[in-house]
Amino acid sequence: MTQLELKINELKELLSEMTNLVRLQLTKCEDAIMHNDHAIALEVMAKEKRVNALELKIDRDCENVIALFNPVAIDLRFILATLKINTNLERIGDNADGIARYIVDLKKTFDSDLVEKYQLAEMFQTAVSMVDDTIASLVNEDSKMARKVLDKDEKLNTINRQATTVTLDLIKNAPERADQYLLLLSIIRKLERVGDQTQNIAEEIIFFIEAKVLKHKDKR
Amino acid sequence: MAEEKEIKKTFKIQTKDLHLHYGDFHALKGINIAIKTNTVTALIGPSGCGKSTYLRVFNRMNDLITGVKIEGSVLVDDVDIYKDKIAIDNLRKNVGMVFQKPNPFPKSIYENVAYGLRVNGINDKNFIDERVERSLKQAALWDEVQDKLKKSAMALSGGQQQRLCIARTLAVEPTVILMDEPASALDPISTAKIEELIHELKQKYTIIIVTHNMQQAGRVSDRTAFFYLGELIEYGNTKEIFTHPKNPRTQNYITGRFG
Repeated sequence: MTQLELKINELKELLSEMTNLVRLQLTKCEDAIMHNDHAIALEVMAKEKRVNALELKIDRDCENVIALFNPVAIDLRFILATLKINTNLERIGDNADGIARYIVDLKKTFDSDLVEKYQLAEMFQTAVSMVDDTIASLVNEDSKMARKVLDKDEKLNTINRQATTVTLDLIKNAPERADQYLLLLSIIRKLERVGDQTQNIAEEIIFFIEAKVLKHKDKR
Repeated sequence: MAEEKEIKKTFKIQTKDLHLHYGDFHALKGINIAIKTNTVTALIGPSGCGKSTYLRVFNRMNDLITGVKIEGSVLVDDVDIYKDKIAIDNLRKNVGMVFQKPNPFPKSIYENVAYGLRVNGINDKNFIDERVERSLKQAALWDEVQDKLKKSAMALSGGQQQRLCIARTLAVEPTVILMDEPASALDPISTAKIEELIHELKQKYTIIIVTHNMQQAGRVSDRTAFFYLGELIEYGNTKEIFTHPKNPRTQNYITGRFG
């Protein structure tokens, strides 16, 4: 194995670590809501620093590989993809942090009937399974798996669109819980962003493996 | 018919099903390449892959080696340089060559550049003066040597010697320049000057360069040909070869995963 291959493997491991970390951040947000546990949300906020540190490390390592190894072809595509995947992972981390802050902002806990109405569990599960698919597709260099992510994003978009109507109906019928509606709607919006960011990552993985650019195109 | 001629003309050099044997050794195996006028083509591949042999086909340098057998056709300006009755000295005037190690003659700077003209029977001093100056300017060496034209070429630095060799090649007004690792014995600054020069010379000449330096191939060439074990594995736009090569062997070579 060449030195460059070793460096690339190290970067792949760092990306996996970071993906696992932001995945954990998302599942913790879900737990905090489902189990009415603000302590977990506070944990997410504390862990955000670790995500940021990893982002800086991956950026620096990519810069070094470019400067020292002059990567070309698949190696160059990997480094370019890594830089963008890194940015998107950090933003997913930011969104998890934002969700955690909403949870803490609401001094009480969310009512379970509302959590259900907003399809929050489904939203979280889909987002997390998309993150799972991206990591698997990167580790196994499987672009088919990455394409699955693109399909799953539709579900998040649908729930996100419905959330507006759900909110309007709820405000009309029971305005006294409006603080919860607004925070839940904000959480849904953040999860929708997570879906987009995960989709960006999947596109970068496909670029790395197949040298095809899917950005701003009909995905299938 | 006229259209066909037009298409033909865009290719300065073509080889069709070119095979070359050194005795029993099959050094080039059916090479098909068409090279456009005023482009730079880089030949890359591991040592012994046939790239230098291929380069030497174009000015018939391989003829000097005993036991060489060439099949297929090599067209320069649509003339088969092996089949048609052509004068080799004319061919070598038209297809100049620059070697890996700078090889100036142990003469003055001026005489080095004038040499090709003199052996071609030109004696007009004004004409030679003018051609020497123009060639040295084209080779980006004039400013450094204009005050010491009578000094020995051997006193120049390696990088200057190599540019002098390029000037010597240019003096007889070739249309094709072959370069066999022209910067591999030079420091980074001299290398950068040679590469800069290649960019400028491209406006007027068709250049084929053999290089072991992948980044150099990327920097100077429009098209890249990858050779392996006497075969042409891939030939295409340099940008594509270095970003998404089609053949896995090309990818393995340029990413340093070979063997």
